[in-house]
Amino acid sequence: MNSTEKELLKIIADMEDIPAGAYNIRSNGALESRNSTEKVEIKDKTDKSGSDITVRANTKGETVHIPVIIDKGGFTDLVYNDFIIGDNADVTIMAGCGIHNCSDKQSGHDGIHTFFIGKNARVKYIERHYGDGDKSGKRVMNPTTVINIGENGYMEMETAQIKGIDDTTRITRASIEKGGTLVIHEKIMTNNTQHAATDFSVDLNGENSSANVVSRSVACDSSTQTFKSNINGNNLCSGHTECDAIIMDNAKVSAIPEINANHIDASLIHEAAIGKIAGEQLIKLMTLGLDEKQAEEEIINGFLK
Amino acid sequence: MLELKEVCFSVDTENGKKDILSGISLKIEDGFVAITGPNGGGKSTLAKITAGIIKPTSGKIFLDGEDITYLSVTERARKGISFAFQQPVRFKGITVNDIIRLSAGKEITVGEACDYLSKVGLCARDYIDREVNASLSGGELKRIEIASVLARGTKLSLFDEPEAGIDLWSFNNLINVFENMQETLGGSIIIISHQERILNIANKVAVISGGKLLAYGAKSDILPELLGATNASCSVLENAVKGDKR
Repeated sequence: MNSTEKELLKIIADMEDIPAGAYNIRSNGALESRNSTEKVEIKDKTDKSGSDITVRANTKGETVHIPVIIDKGGFTDLVYNDFIIGDNADVTIMAGCGIHNCSDKQSGHDGIHTFFIGKNARVKYIERHYGDGDKSGKRVMNPTTVINIGENGYMEMETAQIKGIDDTTRITRASIEKGGTLVIHEKIMTNNTQHAATDFSVDLNGENSSANVVSRSVACDSSTQTFKSNINGNNLCSGHTECDAIIMDNAKVSAIPEINANHIDASLIHEAAIGKIAGEQLIKLMTLGLDEKQAEEEIINGFLK
Repeated sequence: MLELKEVCFSVDTENGKKDILSGISLKIEDGFVAITGPNGGGKSTLAKITAGIIKPTSGKIFLDGEDITYLSVTERARKGISFAFQQPVRFKGITVNDIIRLSAGKEITVGEACDYLSKVGLCARDYIDREVNASLSGGELKRIEIASVLARGTKLSLFDEPEAGIDLWSFNNLINVFENMQETLGGSIIIISHQERILNIANKVAVISGGKLLAYGAKSDILPELLGATNASCSVLENAVKGDKR
């Protein structure tokens, strides 16, 4: 692995060495290295590009790394990863994609991740997207996450677009059974002329199922963002969706939250707020000795922390 | 030393120009100075003018002899002015630890954060990772605001009604904080307050009303008149009341 690839891995997956536990590192569309453990098996798919990651029932405390890196200019990768999480398991999955594009051609990654979370299982899923490069070639990422949470299952998804992605359409679809819970925290930063679209749709099908979908974003320069969130309450359930965006310069942000109560005992809330940085916040930090630019950076860093 | 020379501030209203401050001149040496007076008299405006948040319509401001009238908020902060807001600002995502770190101007350990927070009656362990947002009560925010000024440790510390929004129990602790502040911070400490107990620990008291400085002198000279004013002939209060009606 070259130094660029190592740097990308560090940014998207905090990986400086080969990680302990199961991992699958994909580089420029091919397997770079892989490790399965006694409780976590990673195998190639037989019908398409990608892997099946199977976590045995009752597995506790393991972390699985599934990063993708691309540093070949003009290269587009499409990968399907399925995560089958056994009953009562409790694991962390770190995914993410880093693109380094030093060419004038577009590089891209489309990752389709599908989760099947067993009864009483818990998953923390961390996904980071990052791009860099000094040529005109665009860096494009279109992640799709399909989530199926079984009875009393739990999934927490932290998804962040750190920087450097010119265009992205991020789709998340979730179906939650009895007693299941889904928590999503999304963070997005766009600048220049970048565009980011996120589209969440959650079906709360089971009794006492719940979902909390929270997105925080910052749009700078002439970038554009669209946030769509749809929660369908199909049973006794509770759902909350929130979009909070800081808008700067000539950026444009649209927030389209939607909640549909299809059951008398569905309790659903949506919130959306878009605005520039409050002047009093800047002044407060300036009274601590920061100049306006430093104050702005602190506010943004805190907001997207 | 802070010196204000003929500081005026006026705003345009529907009924014409309104004077908020009319020629305030004041020299504040090292030590503890309380500024008091009726609500709406111009005290907070004066504090904001000192911190650079508001520019005076006319007049000059000097810090240790240097004219800082035209310096920005940031420049004044770097020259050694700290300001605790009457209504602390809330942030999404910025934590108590961030505020203390930014105030100190360097990375700080949990132990150091604890030193500042414990002085205002907060347990660092419970607070350092909390966001400075609406989940904190008004009293908690005020105490964090005061801790941030302690962490800055500058030669001029300015507090705008630090007692506002703080419950009685916390207020007793707060008095101890201000009693010890002279030792902790040194320099000039200016507190805008209506509280007798805060006025009592000041070396000097200034009375501002109707945009004018009505009295400024040793606590022993000003306070008896102010506190005895409810009964009868208090010239300071009489003037203050007149000033308030203007």
